[in-house]
Amino acid sequence: MITTMDQIFVLLQHWIVGFLPAFVQPFAAVLLSVVVIICLFPALFALAVWMERKGLGRMQNRLGPNRVGPFGLLQPIADGIKSLTKEDIVPLSADTPVHFLAPLLLVVAAFMGFAVLPMGRNMVLVDMDAGLLFFFAMGASTEVSVFMAGWSSRNKYSLLGAMRAVAQMISYEVVLLLSSVAVVMISGSMSLTKIVEAQNHYTWGMPHWYIFTPWGLAGFVMYAIAATAETNRSPFDLPEGESELVAGYHTEYSGFKFALFFLGEYLAMFSISGLGTTLFLGGWSAPFAFLEWVPSWIWFFSKLMMSIFVFIWMRGTLPRLRQDQLMNFAWKFVLPFTLLNLMVTALWRFMGEGWERWVVCSAILAVVWVVMGRVEMRSEHFGPRSYRYAE
Amino acid sequence: MTVVFYLIATLTLAGGLAAVLLKHLVHCALAVTVAFGGLALLFLSLDAQFAGFAQILVYIGAVAILIVFAILLTRGSELPKDGVFSRTWLVGLAIAAGVFSVLGWAVLESAQSLPQQSAVPAVTVHDIGNALVGRYVLPLEIVALLLTAATIGAVIVALHEKDGAQ
Amino acid sequence: MLGEGILKGMAETARNFVGSFVSKERLTTVEYPEERIAAIENARVFPFLVYDTADWEAGLRCVACQICEKECPPKCIFIDKSKDKKPDAIGKQQFYPTRFDIDISVCMSCQICVEVCPFEAIKMDNEFELATDDRFGGLLLDRKQLAKPNEYYHQIHPTEAAAVDARLAEEKAKADAKAKGAADAAAAKAAAVLAAKPEGAGD
Repeated sequence: MITTMDQIFVLLQHWIVGFLPAFVQPFAAVLLSVVVIICLFPALFALAVWMERKGLGRMQNRLGPNRVGPFGLLQPIADGIKSLTKEDIVPLSADTPVHFLAPLLLVVAAFMGFAVLPMGRNMVLVDMDAGLLFFFAMGASTEVSVFMAGWSSRNKYSLLGAMRAVAQMISYEVVLLLSSVAVVMISGSMSLTKIVEAQNHYTWGMPHWYIFTPWGLAGFVMYAIAATAETNRSPFDLPEGESELVAGYHTEYSGFKFALFFLGEYLAMFSISGLGTTLFLGGWSAPFAFLEWVPSWIWFFSKLMMSIFVFIWMRGTLPRLRQDQLMNFAWKFVLPFTLLNLMVTALWRFMGEGWERWVVCSAILAVVWVVMGRVEMRSEHFGPRSYRYAE
Repeated sequence: MTVVFYLIATLTLAGGLAAVLLKHLVHCALAVTVAFGGLALLFLSLDAQFAGFAQILVYIGAVAILIVFAILLTRGSELPKDGVFSRTWLVGLAIAAGVFSVLGWAVLESAQSLPQQSAVPAVTVHDIGNALVGRYVLPLEIVALLLTAATIGAVIVALHEKDGAQ
Repeated sequence: MLGEGILKGMAETARNFVGSFVSKERLTTVEYPEERIAAIENARVFPFLVYDTADWEAGLRCVACQICEKECPPKCIFIDKSKDKKPDAIGKQQFYPTRFDIDISVCMSCQICVEVCPFEAIKMDNEFELATDDRFGGLLLDRKQLAKPNEYYHQIHPTEAAAVDARLAEEKAKADAKAKGAADAAAAKAAAVLAAKPEGAGD
């Protein structure tokens, strides 16, 4: 019974596909999974939009939208109808084919990332040997679409926003990759299903999730920072901050294309959170051994939604970082720390089992965190101001 | 030579041709990106997963962005006044034909020397990793040194510019 | 330690988030229009005309002196003086306004008309839900819409209304005393004339 609940979607897929002739069954199975992903994640996007508006509201001492349905649950539908019925304005001097293709490319690249995420036991769309690399390749394609959007609008401010966004995304992409490499080193494979299976063991009831190791915790923190910057979320949302550049690279987009950018951003958030849970939080494995009766896909999606809630929480808490502060942070603190984390991971692996490696690795990481924090992030102290008056 | 190969080849060639025939330089850069994508698809169709995804990650995710930044920061985005094609296009065509014939001869000669019945080797990322730190460790270290030198050089150039501007 | 500030900030927002479900001070939203916050006493929006008795036309305190029309900075008050006179609250014959319009799309709520009125006839209202879809006359309030009873004035500005009433009662008392003094003097004069007359007539 428990296994049935756990594998219910796999069984459902086999049953539906069983009605079709044998030669078309593989294609039909994949097509069915693709259709489910394309329908499920936009529905989760609607839920996330509702969560964001209500959650941010509560954190800011106010109610979110509560008029449209019970507790405002139909607000995303109202937003969708609004964006579909708005006039699609394209500036006269804009580069029309590129302007049209940019949001499409963003959404396509964002959707492709879901193909390798294991959403439950045996529930991955394509089990690729280099699954992690595929995921990052798709993430890199989003940068091209951001640039296309900003440049094709023929608007100085959009271009500026696009340049800033691309610079930010490239800087933090390095960090993202390096923090995932630590996981690959320990689990010995780039295939996401094998990474989750390596974490699916329990010692004295505690799971073997990588976040519960010193290098895993440091890696997860770096991954989280880089993920927030990759998806242009607060506090790294200078390219799309409303008070900075109107709306940055999607200023000149209206109606459904704007909704596609919005959708693309949230889908990227989902896929990066999904990868984060797969790499560090154990994917679909349960937190304690006695909780294994709960279906694996429920664990995956709860961890995913909890990550989204933490994204929303950070948005409600932190002020926006300035572009130079953001880049300083990336290159002067996060990247060196991630490289050190790689070395500590290697040390962890080669020290072998035992309590020594815990102490040594935690000590190194903690000391470096404190020291680097003081050294790299000190603010410049300005002396007393001097004035020169015109003669 | 399957249908898939012809489709991907058409896409790549179309991207490459568009890159040299289009008027606006940023359009050419985007067409080159399409050509890179076509190359990645070719690698994937040959089951070289690592090469294909690394091609997307590096070429489309970094090199294309680099090209575009270079175009935009050096005012190359204005339409050229003298037209796109140079006056010495015949010489250029001859040189390109020469290079193509040499490369084509090399590829066909080497294809003849491969055994025809060998199965496609299934190369996993594990094997690539083993080869890199086993057999090819010296080239790996040299490339690492090269990259470090390039990074340091970039920092020094930028630093000097800042001093020069002051 | 790096990151300490972020954690403290996140704790505060978490307190806000959880507290907004349980305590009133962490959720300060008032769901207008179902709930409203009561206006404070000195709130003001646009002017209104005060009338004393039950009849709004007869009891209107305004005597069309047109001082408020002249003092209004954006000139949003339009008054037409009457040709005849009517008795006011203390019985004296006064002019009255046949037309008293205020254009509330222009009025800037400066209260100058209230400050200069010598007859306590125009005061500030605090009703703000005056939106209308008639763009050509909907925001021009006429005499009938502006006239509101003194009891309403007591309701919205109790202390002010009590002070105004006290002042008006004092003036009325002074006027009565003066009139009584004049009436006594006139009566005494008439009595003296009457007393002097029979003596002269008896010669």
